Amino acid sequence: MAERDPAWKVLPKPSRPHDSARLHVTGEARYADDVHEPAGMLHLAFGQSSEARARIVSMDLAEVRKSPGVIAVFTAADIPGANDVAPVAGDDQLLADGEVACHGQALFLVAATSQRAARVAARLGRIEYERLAPAITIADARAAGSHIEPAQRMARGDAATALEGAAHRLQGRFAMGGQDHFYLEGQVAVATPGEDGQVHVLSSTQHPSEVQHLIAHMLQLSSADVTVEVRRMGGAFGGKETQAALFAAAAALAAHRTGRPAKFRCDRDDDMVMTGKRHEFEVGYDVGFNADGRLQGLSLHLASRCGASVDLSPAINDRAMFHSDNCYYVPDVEVVSERLKTNTVSATAFRGFGGPQGMLAIERVIDHVAAHLGLDPLDVRMANLYGPGRDTTPYGMEVADNVAPQIIARLRATSRYDERARAVAAFNVASPVLKKGIALTPVKFGISFTTTHLNQAGALVHVYADGSIQVNHGGTEMGQGLHVKIAQVVADVFSVSPDLVRITSTRTDKVPNTSATAASSGADLNGMAAYNAAMTIRERLCAFLSRAYAVGESEVHFTPGGVLVGGQTLAFGQVARKAHIGRISLSSTGYYATPGIEYDRSVFKGRPFYYFAYGAAVSEVVIDTLTGEHRVLAVDILHDVGRSLNPAIDMGQIEGGFIQGQGWLTSEELVYDAKGRLLTHSPATYKIPTASDRPGHFTIELWDGENVEPTINRSKAVGEPPFMLAISVFSALNRAVAAAAPGRRTIPPLDAPATPERVLCAIAAHGAGE
Amino acid sequence: MDHTGVRFLLDGELVDLPQVDPAATLLDHLRYTLRRTGTKEGCAEGDCGACTVLVGSLEEDGTSVAWRAVNSCIQFLPMLNGKALTTVESLKGHDGALCPVQDVMAANGSSQCGFCTPGFVMSLHGRSIGAKGCELPVADVIAGNLCRCTGYGPILEAGEGLAPAHVDDAAVVDALAGIAGQGASGEWQGRRWFAPRTSDELAGLLAAHPEARLVAGATDVGLWVTKGLRTPGTMIFLGDIADLSRIEERDGALTLGAAVRYADAHAALARLHPELGELVRRIGGLQVRNAGTIGGNIANGSPIGDGPPALIALGAELTLRSISGRRTIPLEDYFLAYGSQDLRPGEFVEAVRIPRPAADTVIHIAKLSRRFDSDISAVCGAFALQVQDGIVTGARVAFGGMAATPRRAAACEAALCGKAFDEATLAAAAEALGHDFDPLTDVRGSASYRIAAAGNLLRRLWLREQGVRISVLEVEA
Repeated sequence: MAERDPAWKVLPKPSRPHDSARLHVTGEARYADDVHEPAGMLHLAFGQSSEARARIVSMDLAEVRKSPGVIAVFTAADIPGANDVAPVAGDDQLLADGEVACHGQALFLVAATSQRAARVAARLGRIEYERLAPAITIADARAAGSHIEPAQRMARGDAATALEGAAHRLQGRFAMGGQDHFYLEGQVAVATPGEDGQVHVLSSTQHPSEVQHLIAHMLQLSSADVTVEVRRMGGAFGGKETQAALFAAAAALAAHRTGRPAKFRCDRDDDMVMTGKRHEFEVGYDVGFNADGRLQGLSLHLASRCGASVDLSPAINDRAMFHSDNCYYVPDVEVVSERLKTNTVSATAFRGFGGPQGMLAIERVIDHVAAHLGLDPLDVRMANLYGPGRDTTPYGMEVADNVAPQIIARLRATSRYDERARAVAAFNVASPVLKKGIALTPVKFGISFTTTHLNQAGALVHVYADGSIQVNHGGTEMGQGLHVKIAQVVADVFSVSPDLVRITSTRTDKVPNTSATAASSGADLNGMAAYNAAMTIRERLCAFLSRAYAVGESEVHFTPGGVLVGGQTLAFGQVARKAHIGRISLSSTGYYATPGIEYDRSVFKGRPFYYFAYGAAVSEVVIDTLTGEHRVLAVDILHDVGRSLNPAIDMGQIEGGFIQGQGWLTSEELVYDAKGRLLTHSPATYKIPTASDRPGHFTIELWDGENVEPTINRSKAVGEPPFMLAISVFSALNRAVAAAAPGRRTIPPLDAPATPERVLCAIAAHGAGE
Repeated sequence: MDHTGVRFLLDGELVDLPQVDPAATLLDHLRYTLRRTGTKEGCAEGDCGACTVLVGSLEEDGTSVAWRAVNSCIQFLPMLNGKALTTVESLKGHDGALCPVQDVMAANGSSQCGFCTPGFVMSLHGRSIGAKGCELPVADVIAGNLCRCTGYGPILEAGEGLAPAHVDDAAVVDALAGIAGQGASGEWQGRRWFAPRTSDELAGLLAAHPEARLVAGATDVGLWVTKGLRTPGTMIFLGDIADLSRIEERDGALTLGAAVRYADAHAALARLHPELGELVRRIGGLQVRNAGTIGGNIANGSPIGDGPPALIALGAELTLRSISGRRTIPLEDYFLAYGSQDLRPGEFVEAVRIPRPAADTVIHIAKLSRRFDSDISAVCGAFALQVQDGIVTGARVAFGGMAATPRRAAACEAALCGKAFDEATLAAAAEALGHDFDPLTDVRGSASYRIAAAGNLLRRLWLREQGVRISVLEVEA
C-alpha cells in the first residue's frame, strides 16, 4: 500500500458486525461437524498410549477389530508414505512406530460405523510396553540432558560486568504454567475420497496448506491431489496451527484406505490430553539497577517445557527471548533460553507464541526491583522505557515507533492510577482479611513471523458480471473477524458496500502455499494481498473505462455513489457488465510479502519485526488472605491498533485476549501426575474464566495513532498483543499478596497461575520471610 | 407403565420414538438424527453450555409450562418424555426475523467464533421468557456457558439490555396435556427402562429390579455414558415422580424430595441461610442446577459434593425408602466410606429434611475452588455454632473435600463445645481439624492447602462476627 489512493483517507473504517454474526446466533453457521454426513461415513478414534515413555513390545488389536461396528484398524504399517504430522522437524508421528514419547500418543486408528463404536473399540487394544524412564518436568529433563535443541543466547554488551558494577543487585526465580487453548469446537476433520486417488479434507485448521502438504506426503500423493478447506473454526488461538494435522491426516488415511468418507471428531478429554498447549516456563534472573530502579544489567534465564517433539518450540522460545525486554531498555543484557524435551504432549503455538512468557519474566523482574526499593512499580517501569538514545532492542532492532510512554502516561491519567493506588493502600491498612493490589503494565509486541519467509500471502478476487464480488485469501476465520475486515478492504477499493463482497471458505485449490493464520498477521498479510488483487482489477476497469469513454484514467473515480466517468455515473454492476462484454478479465490474484524484515538467527540480530503494537492496562484486584480467593475488580485498557480496520472487531479481540490472559495467570492450571498423565483434561477440572470473572469495571479505549509503516489502512495487528495486557492482573495480585506483610521489601514467591492455593501459599511464605 | 417409548414436542410437533436407546443423549439425537446442528457439543459433560436447549414441562396446575435451560449433551432421551423442547433453530421466525436475543447478540458483537453462541442464545432467551432459575443476574444465568473468544462483555451487555418477552404457551400446554402425565417405559437391545410417576411405583420397580440405575438429572450418570463409554443396564428415570419433587417448608424444617432440582430448591435453601443460598448459586451452572437434584447429589456419595457438608452442618436427616418401608438417618451416617453408602438393595433416597437453624446459631458456609462459578470445591466447609451468652453450647462442623466422604469434624466440634466464643477457642478448633482430617493431594488442591484453608475458615468466621469484611465477592474497586 505504499502508493495509497489519495482519495482513500487514512481513517478508521466503520465498525461492522462479524460477517457470520447472524449465522452464529441462529445456529446456521456451519462448522466441520455440521456438514451433512454422507451415507457410509466412517467415524474415527485413536488408541492411545497409557505410558509417557516406552518401547512398544507388541500391539494385540484382535479385540479392537472384533468390536461391533469396526470396519478397519490402522497402525503405522498402514501408512503409505511419511508417518509424520510435524510442522518442521519431522518428529511427530501420526501413529506411533516402535516407541511412545508421551501419554495419550496415538498408537492405532479405529474406523467404525459410529463414533461411539470407534471410541469403545479404541479402548480395547492390548499393548505390551517396555517402560523407559520418562522426563516429566523441566527439572527431570534438565537432569537427563534432554533438549529439543541447544540453548540459545541473545546478548548485548557485558551483563556480568554491569551486574557487578550496579548499585543494587537482586536474583530471583519463578515459574509460570502452560495453558490449554480450550477452543469450544474441538479438533475435527472430514476426509472425502475423490477420483484417481485425490482427497478433499474439511479441517478445522489455521494452516490448511500445511495440512495439505502433510497429507500429500503421508499418502504419497502430490499436493495437487489434496485439497484442504476451512470455512470457519470454532476458536483456535494457536491450538489449530499445527495440532489439527493429526486429526486431518487420520481422516485422510482412513478415507484413502477404505474409499469411504471418514470423520474424526475428537472427544474433549482426548483433545486436551493429545494436543499441545502453551509452554510452561521457569525463569531465573540476576538484575543490577540504580536507586531509581533503572536497570543496568540483566541476566535472564528462560527454561521451557517443550514436550515430546520439536513442533514450533524453537520459534516460540525465540519469541519469548524477543519479548523479554517488553518496553524496557537494558544496556547490558543476556538472555539464555533453554528448550527442554519432556515426555509430555508437545507444547505448541498459543496466542502470543512465547511472547507472554518473556514479557511476564521482565515484568516480574521490574516488580521485584520496585519491591526491593520500595517504589511504585509504575515509576520503575517509566524509568526503564525505551526512549531517545536508548531505543535499540537486545536483538539490534531500533524501536522506531515507540508510543509506549504516551500510552502509559495517558492511561495513568485516565484510569486515575495514582489516586487509586493511594486508595488501595488506605484500604489495605483498614482491612485485615481482604487486601487489594493495583498495577499498570505495558505491552510492546513485535509483528511479523520471526521465520521471515512466512511473511507472505496470496488472495484471489473475482468480480462477477453482476457486480458481486467473491474474495478468497489464504487466511482462515477462527472468530477473529478476519473475513469481515478483508471484505471491507476489498469493498473500499471499489467503493461498494461490503455486503456485495462474499468471502468464501479458505481452500488450498484457490490460494496455494499459504502461511498459517497466526502471529496476528492475518489481516496485515491477507488484507494487503486482497487489496493488491482488487487493485489489479480496478486498474483494468479504469483503463477499460478510459478507453470506452475516451477520458483520461484520472477522470475515472470509484465513489460510494457509483463509478464516475466522463461526466456519467455508472453503478458498479453496470461497470462490471460492460467490462465483461468488453472482454476484460475480472479476476485477479494478489500477492504480498512484508518488506524490510531480515533476521539472522545464528547471532540473534536483525529486524525480525515490521513494527510493534503497543498497549497498557491497569488492573485492580482483591484477595482473601485466609483462603487465597481473589477477584479482578477493575480493568482499564488503552491499546494501539493503528488506524483500525474495524473498531468493533478490534475491541472484541482486546477484551477477549485480556480475559484469556487473565485465565492463564489465575484459574487455568494444568496438573500432571508423576507418570506424565494430564489430570486436568476436561472443563470439570480445567477452569477458563466464566462471565462473572470478567471485572465489573472494564473499559477499553483505542489509541488514536496510525501505523508508521504502510500497512493496510495503516492498521496494526490485534490478535495477540492484548493477551499480554493481563500481566497487569498478575502484577496486581503480587502487590495484594505483599500487602499482607507490608514491612517486607521483596516480592512474594508467587508463581503463575495464581490459584487460590498459590496465593495462600505465597502469603504464608512471604509473611514468614521466605 | 402407560406408554412405551418417548414422545416429546419439538416446535409444537410431536416427536414419537417408540424405540429408544435409554442411554442415547438428546444432543446426539438433535445433531445426527434430526440434523439440527445449531446445538453444539463443546465438552459432552455438562460443563460448557454449548449444547444448551430449553425443556418445558407442564406445571402441576396444568395451565402453564415451566421452561428450563439444560445441557442436552447429558440428557438421556427418556428424560424428554412428555416434555416440550426448544432449540436454537426454534427461535427464528418463519419470516426469517431473529428473536430479540439473537437480534441484539448479532448486532452487539456478542459472537466471535460463534461456536458457543447458540448456547448463550438459549440461556438468555430462557431468561427473557422467565425460565426457571433465571431471576438471577445475567452473569449467573450464563455461568454455565463458556466462551473463549469474547471475554463475555458483549454477551453480558446483550443480556442486560433484554426486555422480558412474552411467549404464548397455550398451544404447548394443550399439546403437553396430551402426552404428559403418563409413565413410560421401553426396552432397547435387552436393556429396560422405566419412567414411573409415583414413589410407590418406584419402590415396586426397585424391588423388582434392585440392580437398576436410578437417574434423576443425569449430571453424573450422563458422564458415565459420554465419557466412561459405559452402557447402563436397567435404568429408572426419576424426573416425573411428582411426590419426590415436593418442597415443603413447615414445622420448623425444610423438606426436599430427592428429585427436587437444585434450581428449584435454591430459594428455599437461601431462606434457611443466605450463605446456603450462595453455596447453591455456585453449584454447577444453571443448566446443571436445572437438572441436578438434591437426592442425586447425596445419593452418589461424592466426597466433594457441595450440598452434603452444608446440610450435615445444619443437622439434615435423610429418609430412605424401599418397598418394605422407610427409615430416617442423620445425613452424615449415610456416607460410610469412599464409594460406599448406607443404602440397601431396593432402597432409594426419598427426602432430606433440614431443620431451620435457631436464631442464636452462628453459621458460616464456604466453598473454596479455583473458580467461583461452575467449579467443584477443593474444600467445602460448613459451621453451625450455637452461641449462648458468649459460650458455644453446640457445634456442628462438616467438610467436603477433606476426606473420602463428606463428614463431621468431631475433634473440632469438641474443641468448640462448652468454650467461650472467642478468638482463642476458634484457633484451637482450627488446630483440632488436624486430628479430624488427613486430606489428600489431588487435582483440586494439595493436602496442605486444604488443611490450612479449612482452619482459616474458622478464623474467617470469627472475624466476620467482629464485623470484618471477609468476602472478595462483596468488594468493589
